[in-house]
Amino acid sequence: MSPGILGKKIGMSQVFREDGQVVPVTLLKAGPCVVVQRKTPTSDGYDAVQLGLVEFAKASRTTKPLAGHLKKAAADGVKFLREFRMRPGDDDLKQGDRVLVDQFKPADKVDVIGVSKGRGFTSLIKRHHFKGGPGSHGSMFHRAPGSIGASSFPSRVFPGTRMAGHSGDQQVTIRNLEVVEVVAEDNVLIVKGAVPGPNGGYVLVRRAKR
Amino acid sequence: MPNLLLNKIVAKHLRQVPEFRPGDTIRVHVKIKEGEKERLQIFEGVLIARNNSGVSETITVRKVSFGQGVERIFPIHAPVVDHIDVVRTGRVRRAKLYYLRELKGKAARLRERE
Repeated sequence: MSPGILGKKIGMSQVFREDGQVVPVTLLKAGPCVVVQRKTPTSDGYDAVQLGLVEFAKASRTTKPLAGHLKKAAADGVKFLREFRMRPGDDDLKQGDRVLVDQFKPADKVDVIGVSKGRGFTSLIKRHHFKGGPGSHGSMFHRAPGSIGASSFPSRVFPGTRMAGHSGDQQVTIRNLEVVEVVAEDNVLIVKGAVPGPNGGYVLVRRAKR
Repeated sequence: MPNLLLNKIVAKHLRQVPEFRPGDTIRVHVKIKEGEKERLQIFEGVLIARNNSGVSETITVRKVSFGQGVERIFPIHAPVVDHIDVVRTGRVRRAKLYYLRELKGKAARLRERE
């Protein structure tokens, strides 16, 4: 059993359970992955596997250092590499081993890690879910941040006060998503619920930590 | 736009539905659970809209019951819908027949399609 798998988000859909319940699902193209490097406590100080997602990778866009690194595992067509820490109960994977979706089965729980959609520079309503003021009835307070602190005491703005700034494009982990279906022949993993990032974005699917 | 692979995977969850278009009069057999027993209830009316596509496709069916207009939205690929029969076809020139809500009696009739 591998600690996880790499993939790409395909998109969302819905699935009906036998009792008629509608389940919102996200389809992930997961794997095939190849173990590019095996990190061990003796050589690297910690126990992990480095997986590479096998897909189309233009040879001219693969840097020479990366090509050399991949050559050791005889991995071809890899441009997305991520590490998984080994946990008790994980099989010992060797360099060059393949990791496929059939590792997962329905009702398994997984954590999905991705990079959320970038929103650019946004203010408090979008970024921190502030309420904002009324739109009319003489109100002159609409979407402004409001007070960011008191006056002569403390005479400063406290660190960590929520303000406008760059929003999104951050690593986000969604924990304990249920695997609804595994389509092994197409390398597709169907999980319940939403997953961070745009369609086509890279995601890391890890066996649920807790 | 949904990706090709998504369409392929989703296609397996689709079910066969008869061909019908807005303006057709259809009969939807819905599964109703009463305690332990399950029975079918029929909802017959004019199909006034088809929405979405793929597994999420829904249809809006309108009927006039005791002078009161009733509309129900059915997800056609859901297991609650047992099957759908086409009773009568209708010739219309629009995809969404929301204008039927304002019409009643003779004005709300639709010509049969050839």
